[in-house]
Amino acid sequence: MSKLQESLEQGKFTITGEVGPPKGVDLEHCMDKEVSYIKDRVVAINVTDNQSSVMRISSLSICTLLARQGLEPILQITARDRNRLAIQGDILGGYVLGIRNILALTGDHNSAGDHPESKPVFDLDSVSILTAMNSLKNGKDLAGQELEGVPGDIFCGAIVTPGADPIEMQLIKMERKIEEGAQFFQTQAIYDSKVFENFMDKASKYKVPVLCGIVIIKSAGMANYMNNFVPGVQVPDSMITPLKEASKEDRPKKSIELMVEFIKEVKPMCQGLHIMAMGWEKYVPELLDMCDL
Amino acid sequence: MVVNVPKPGKELIEMVSGYKSLFIVACGGCPVGCDSGGKPRIDELTEQLSKNGIEVEGSTEIDFLCNKALVGSKLIYHIEKLKKSQAVLVISCGIGVQATGNMIDIPVIPANDTLSSQGMQGLWPSSERCAGCGTCYLALTGGICPITMCSKSLINGMCGGQHDGKCEVENERDCGWNLIYIRLNELGKLENLKKLPRLRDYRKMDVPDKERTTTRWALEKAEIYSAPVLNSEKEEASNE
Repeated sequence: MSKLQESLEQGKFTITGEVGPPKGVDLEHCMDKEVSYIKDRVVAINVTDNQSSVMRISSLSICTLLARQGLEPILQITARDRNRLAIQGDILGGYVLGIRNILALTGDHNSAGDHPESKPVFDLDSVSILTAMNSLKNGKDLAGQELEGVPGDIFCGAIVTPGADPIEMQLIKMERKIEEGAQFFQTQAIYDSKVFENFMDKASKYKVPVLCGIVIIKSAGMANYMNNFVPGVQVPDSMITPLKEASKEDRPKKSIELMVEFIKEVKPMCQGLHIMAMGWEKYVPELLDMCDL
Repeated sequence: MVVNVPKPGKELIEMVSGYKSLFIVACGGCPVGCDSGGKPRIDELTEQLSKNGIEVEGSTEIDFLCNKALVGSKLIYHIEKLKKSQAVLVISCGIGVQATGNMIDIPVIPANDTLSSQGMQGLWPSSERCAGCGTCYLALTGGICPITMCSKSLINGMCGGQHDGKCEVENERDCGWNLIYIRLNELGKLENLKKLPRLRDYRKMDVPDKERTTTRWALEKAEIYSAPVLNSEKEEASNE
């Protein structure tokens, strides 16, 4: 059983982090900086899969390096770049390299990234990647063929967007993910504790752990960008205004304070946090200290 | 020519089960040429449906269902019978099913599966399109196609890229799954979303040789290319 699964099953408030692999083979920033700042404060670390459709080192490789260091990776798999043969191969491949936690995502469309002329695959999607994982866990591939050696203890994750509109569609899809074997959820970034509370009121009946997604807002500009370009994410003015008013030197402090306030509000509602620091990994220990986590 | 073949009987019965009364709309174009439409198919389906306890309130054949304005103008004559029907069974390619769905406020059910045209169609009457996926999902998606209307052709529902009803690919482009959601909500059929298959079968996009040779497309080909062959065979026979 993975440490992540163990932590959630024991009912501990569980914190995960996230790193994005570099474009190129210089690992210094990713491994020596981002990972080293957060590794002692999180149970497991997500590694993104060509996030925003921008080509980078594969998630599988960075996850393997993390596992070799004794850290616990969460392999993100999107449906955009590989068909069901490649995805199942990577699930099994990850397993023999020590990876137990896998998170299934549909993936952004190719047109949003740096290779817009590439072929969108989407043979599977966030739901059917879970179908594939669950099938492999039960000893068969998607075509029904028997496996030699069964990766029975893969821990299957999925994502959900608490701020999505229409929320009913989001909940139907969440339910579908659970039916296909999702054992934990990490959420898209959310900043409104009321919206999160309403979502959890509806989602808690599924009894599947939900880790609230935290993206630290670094500036008013970033908040505006997210409001305009990231679907399902709404940063309220009550967060934007203080950041706009703070001086450049004070901004990180203000920004951390705002996140601490939000985390304290949502902590009783969910089973943990998923912190996507996006370059601000160095502030994560301080943020968690201030939340007594 | 849009090649479309009758849906497997079992699948069709599953899709109509739950309805007590249906109206049948048949396209007078390609399905007739493919032997998957016309009067014989209407009769066959009427019989099949009544055997399964479903009443056929009426039927009509319209040339061509891809002409949406024509569909609307012809269906007006059947308004009374349509009012008595819970859904419309459409004998057509996916375009005709979508165009019909767009003209009425009850669910549409495809009687046929459309196979890939493997290239340019030549006709583009309106916004409804059919990718010829070989597994028509329109009965479950409110007559709106997830394969052509979703930029990722997803069948498990909306992705995280939907914003204000639009797609992440283009700001002006409608999110197909949002349209499906709205339509199913209006029809009171949101539970359909739970019935969709999880996985696609891409083999069905390939046109089997049997279908190629039993369609009008093949007949056209035979007339143009096979005639000299037949003549030369005759010549050979007479020479012997």
